[in-house]
Amino acid sequence: MFFLEQAWLVPLIPAVSFLVVLLLGKRLPKQGAEVGVLAVAASFVLSCGAAVQWIQRVDDAEGGAESALGGVLRAFGRSVGRMASEEAVAVVQPVTKSLTWFQNGLVDLGVGIQIDGLAVMMMFVVTLISLLVHVYSLEYMRDDRRFTYYYAALSLFTASMLLLVVADNTLLLLVGWELVGLCSFMLIGHWWEEQPNSNAALKAFFTTRTGDIGLIIGVIMTFFLVQTATGQGSFNILAVNEAAESGEASSTFLFWTAAALMLAIIGKSGQFPLHTWLPDAMAGPTPVSALIHAATMVVAGVYLGARVYPVFYEGFDIAAGGVNLMAAIGGITILVGASLAFVQNDIKKVLAYSTISQLGYMVMGLGVGAWIAAVFHLFTHAFFKANLFLGAGSVSHSGSHHSFDMKADMGGLRKHMPQTFTTFMIGTLALIGFPLMAGFWSKDEVLATADASDYRFFFILGLVGAVLTAAYMTRCIYYTFFGEYRGGDHAHDHAEAGDELVEHHLADDQEAHGHGAHAGPHESPLLLTVPLWVLSVFSVFAGFLNATAFNIEKFKEWVEPRVVFPEVIHPEFDWGKAILATALVFLGVGIAYLYYWRGAGLVDFTERSSVARAGKTLLVNKYYLDDLYTGGVVGSIKGPVARASYWFNQHVIDGVLNTTGAATAATGNLLYRYVDQGSVDGAVNGIATTTGRAGGGASLLQTGRLQFYALIVVLAVGLFSLALWIGS
Amino acid sequence: MDWFDSWALTLVVFTPAVGAIVVLLVPREDERTIKLVGLLTTLVTLGWMIGILTQFDYDATGVLQFSQNKEWIPVIDANYHVGLDGLSLPLLALSTFVTVLCVIYSWNHFPEPHNPKGFLALILVLEVGMNGTFVAEDLILFFVFFEIVLLPMFFMIGVWGGPNRRYASLKFFLFTLFGSAFMLIGFLALYFLVDVNPDIPGQQGSFDIPLLAQVAGSGLVASTQSWIFAGLFLGFAIKVPMFPFHTWLPDAHTEAPTVGSVLLAAILLKLGTYGFIRISLPILPEAAKDWAPWIGLLAVIGIIYGALCCLAQTDMKRLIAFSSVAHMGFVMLGIATLTDFGLNAAVFGMVAHGLITGMLFFVAGTVQHTYHTREMSRLGGLLTQAPHLGWILGFCVMASLGLPGLAGFWGEFPAILSTFDPGAGLPEETFRTFMVFAAIGTVLAAGYLLWMYQRVAFGEPKPEFADAHIHDVTPVEWIAWTPMLVLIVVLGVFPNLIFRVTDAPLTEVASSIAAAVGG
Amino acid sequence: MLLNQFLLLGAFLFATGIYGVLSRKNSVLVLMSIELMLAAVNLNLVAFSAYLSNVAGQTFALFVLTIAAAEVGVGLAIVLLIYRNLRSADLDEVDVLKG
Repeated sequence: MFFLEQAWLVPLIPAVSFLVVLLLGKRLPKQGAEVGVLAVAASFVLSCGAAVQWIQRVDDAEGGAESALGGVLRAFGRSVGRMASEEAVAVVQPVTKSLTWFQNGLVDLGVGIQIDGLAVMMMFVVTLISLLVHVYSLEYMRDDRRFTYYYAALSLFTASMLLLVVADNTLLLLVGWELVGLCSFMLIGHWWEEQPNSNAALKAFFTTRTGDIGLIIGVIMTFFLVQTATGQGSFNILAVNEAAESGEASSTFLFWTAAALMLAIIGKSGQFPLHTWLPDAMAGPTPVSALIHAATMVVAGVYLGARVYPVFYEGFDIAAGGVNLMAAIGGITILVGASLAFVQNDIKKVLAYSTISQLGYMVMGLGVGAWIAAVFHLFTHAFFKANLFLGAGSVSHSGSHHSFDMKADMGGLRKHMPQTFTTFMIGTLALIGFPLMAGFWSKDEVLATADASDYRFFFILGLVGAVLTAAYMTRCIYYTFFGEYRGGDHAHDHAEAGDELVEHHLADDQEAHGHGAHAGPHESPLLLTVPLWVLSVFSVFAGFLNATAFNIEKFKEWVEPRVVFPEVIHPEFDWGKAILATALVFLGVGIAYLYYWRGAGLVDFTERSSVARAGKTLLVNKYYLDDLYTGGVVGSIKGPVARASYWFNQHVIDGVLNTTGAATAATGNLLYRYVDQGSVDGAVNGIATTTGRAGGGASLLQTGRLQFYALIVVLAVGLFSLALWIGS
Repeated sequence: MDWFDSWALTLVVFTPAVGAIVVLLVPREDERTIKLVGLLTTLVTLGWMIGILTQFDYDATGVLQFSQNKEWIPVIDANYHVGLDGLSLPLLALSTFVTVLCVIYSWNHFPEPHNPKGFLALILVLEVGMNGTFVAEDLILFFVFFEIVLLPMFFMIGVWGGPNRRYASLKFFLFTLFGSAFMLIGFLALYFLVDVNPDIPGQQGSFDIPLLAQVAGSGLVASTQSWIFAGLFLGFAIKVPMFPFHTWLPDAHTEAPTVGSVLLAAILLKLGTYGFIRISLPILPEAAKDWAPWIGLLAVIGIIYGALCCLAQTDMKRLIAFSSVAHMGFVMLGIATLTDFGLNAAVFGMVAHGLITGMLFFVAGTVQHTYHTREMSRLGGLLTQAPHLGWILGFCVMASLGLPGLAGFWGEFPAILSTFDPGAGLPEETFRTFMVFAAIGTVLAAGYLLWMYQRVAFGEPKPEFADAHIHDVTPVEWIAWTPMLVLIVVLGVFPNLIFRVTDAPLTEVASSIAAAVGG
Repeated sequence: MLLNQFLLLGAFLFATGIYGVLSRKNSVLVLMSIELMLAAVNLNLVAFSAYLSNVAGQTFALFVLTIAAAEVGVGLAIVLLIYRNLRSADLDEVDVLKG
């Protein structure tokens, strides 16, 4: 139980590593990379330990008291003998541990971990891929302008993602969610000197933040959901799920909670219509794209859906079949992603749109009630998509002078880069669902469940998506690995062209990797190829964990929650559907092969048909969504709307103020001039003037002449005596 | 310690006054002594504050501690009544703390025209007013301290400010004073109309805040309560500032010297919101309930509108000023919900905003000092030329947009949470609509902050400044800023530091409103 | 002789003197008029002294004569100084104290 109970160490170690690398990294011999690699390796080991102990826990509950390792080793053997029927499964409680974080009002908010199969699986995936990316980056990011900071950000990302995964309450999940958004921002804009990169980083942050409106509201609503059911609000995930399952909450409330959380998933997991940030996020370094935008961060939304699944299941009434918001969005996303992948010249963008499309499969899977299939697809997708991305990085590193433009700078690389070619092929086969590869098992299970659960429309949608996936990946392989090598001098011509693909080239300006001047394409060094091989192995074998055809359902056994979980359907393996799907895959590959290898049929179709051309223009312009968002929504908010508000502020509100001020001043002026100065002061001045004048008049008596004074004296005396004489 | 219990608050409030007098006595040329006296005074005040923090009884945060009640002006029945409870404690601590940092920052940074003597004396007088407002428990005393802050700020902006300082300082002063006039009328109305002794109707009134809060507006008819609330509202809302009374803020902040902006943003704005929670809400609960939806509406408008105006700015400091309007919108929204969650969020938001926006203004001031411009079209590449400054700006930007793990989150998230379930019988639908708009406001906040950061910090430096000698953060600035940065992280990770102090008194306020309204 | 004959003469002389003081332009003539006034007063005094057989009146007259003499001396000296400064003995021109 140690690894399960102390699983909080798993996010903590990379977090500490982040601080160490940030503060001390520059002084260390490998500039901090060694700390990062060791930290994530330690977390990986702990995650493996947790996985083993969880498996043991499940097996124990099932009634087998074997040693953990023995259990794992005999897992396959054991289950071959078992019938894949719906037996009553034993209840296995997740391991939880929490501390009170703080109190607010009358509520205690805790911070803690909840470890069950889902968490363990995620921990394993995140730490493994992060470790491989760390190792890969040692070579890929060598001589980068901000090597240490890059590793610090990687550590922080790993820590945040793990926090998100082990969190036992939705608030802590939100914290992790936002922090991975921050790391995504930091890493996409890693080469922020060039504006397109910082634009992409901002775009990613804004789009996911728009989705986060839903997360904030959704998390708040889960809190009150629990309050409705139990009388005391809580963010605790088990409590939330229980409340959703209990039937105490109204269906409207559940619907809106699910809808709000759905918005968060749309933003974070690149679903239509908020998917536009993902392709732009390819501006970041390729290992980052592999880690964050393929395997881990973008699946945070799917993880959220899986974690609080009862909320969605009840809220969207998934059991009913037909159509619901989640499945619809997932379905549309599959098609949008796949269609746009066709017109990309940048290999990373192809993979980005492919990721969008596969995320659509996962979300659609959740939407049709195929929980285990969706989560299983998340699991397998992480491996083969990371494989493909790191493969693309390898190609650019050693084969195309750091360009990602397939049409202009790649071609014929299978001769020069055999290992990369092989691993990339394996990844592709897994992705398109080639029989027995990982993607085959996971994707087909999604489709099978869709069909079995009354979601036939989405089943068909998924099949269409499979055809498209096969086709565009074939196209991608053709341009990259077959044909003639088009790289070499072309790469330098692009410096003047200034198209966005070259940004990757310009950005790695310190790439003095010892290629020599314009050495030809060659295979990548070990640090790049070893991770590719590791991932390829997983791409092949990971699928067998739930190879339902052979009655192996280990993944389901270990990962599917046993407590507080709705009764979902687990269809049996349907050979008919599998063959149909496989046939469609081959169809897709075949069409693409004919088109690209043989040049047959629809070559230059777009030249000849205006409809086709219009269609292609629509696709090349990404359905004009980017124009709508960046130009329309953001542009208008940032531009006219903001300016209008500010105009309103300065001219209306402040206008009122200033007019009031001016009017008051004018009134004061009038008052001053006419009343104060005129009347009141006038009176005062009048008195003074009168007094003055009187004085002036009196001064006339002062003639200065003696005789005049004498006259006055005489007159006075005369008058006086007259008065006396009259008086007596 | 009885002595300390009675006199601690008086010391905290009046030590800066003593310091100001001493500064005025020192001859103008002796700058070193002036600065030392200023620093020493603020440190001593902070020392008293630390003493209070250690002596505070954390189990009785709802009770008024360190209380002192003396007769002051018997003719008008005003007493010198000061006290400290869990609501005032974080704010008082913030005030004393930030003032010290401001004095440190000013050490080498006195704006034109130099005159450290006048400048420091004004800062100290300002501190008297700020500290006093947070501990005053008598309406007249509160009013006096509330007004004391106006004059120093007026002079700071008017003398040491930017090109348009005369207009800005006058606007600030007159606008705020206008509101305060109505506030005073409200206070007087409370005195004359409230029955402080409900058993004896028509008993002579009182200015004593706890007493008024206890009787919660008995003797007042609902319409009268509303009118009085309106008067108080005007005084506080202009200070907060709430839309549409906010227009003094951008001008005042843009023109004020850096330290003036920091003090204005960090503390002066809190006087308004504090007034709401301390005075308006407890004393006039019914009016509070009637007004709450409108306050909520204005708050949400402030959030969105402030964010939109931010997007239209080209001056970095003006953008941060408008962001203050938006952030205080969150605080007021929390208050408008009349719930314990909301009020806690509001107070936390006040402290967080004080630290974060204070830091942003510090950084903007340094950027201006270094580049001699605040126009974002001329700036760029800060991370290249002054990486430490760029990192700090990035950190503050993340804190300001409410990233969890940093202090700003706990001001926003609980506020939004509380709007879902407002208290005291407030209309749920209205507040849930507010909730959606407030959540949209967080996206807009990310928008303007990151866009500002992209323009200022990312990219290459513009040709104009490409060869200029741009120096990074100086040691003095590190000393001034590090405590704030640390505190932003610490409060983000341990929000309980504030919540456990504010929880009891604010739950009290919320439940007393609910009781007064429901019963 | 009747008393009133002397008084009438005295009054006539006094009036003449007053007229002279008030209207003569030449300062010397003003002084002469003042002498006339003083003479008239003397006449009055002596007349009453004889009528009342009281020697005090005559004594007073002697005083007046003496003072008149002294006063004339000082007056003439002043007139001479005025003349020296103003080149004229016209009293209308001495109006430095005019207000």
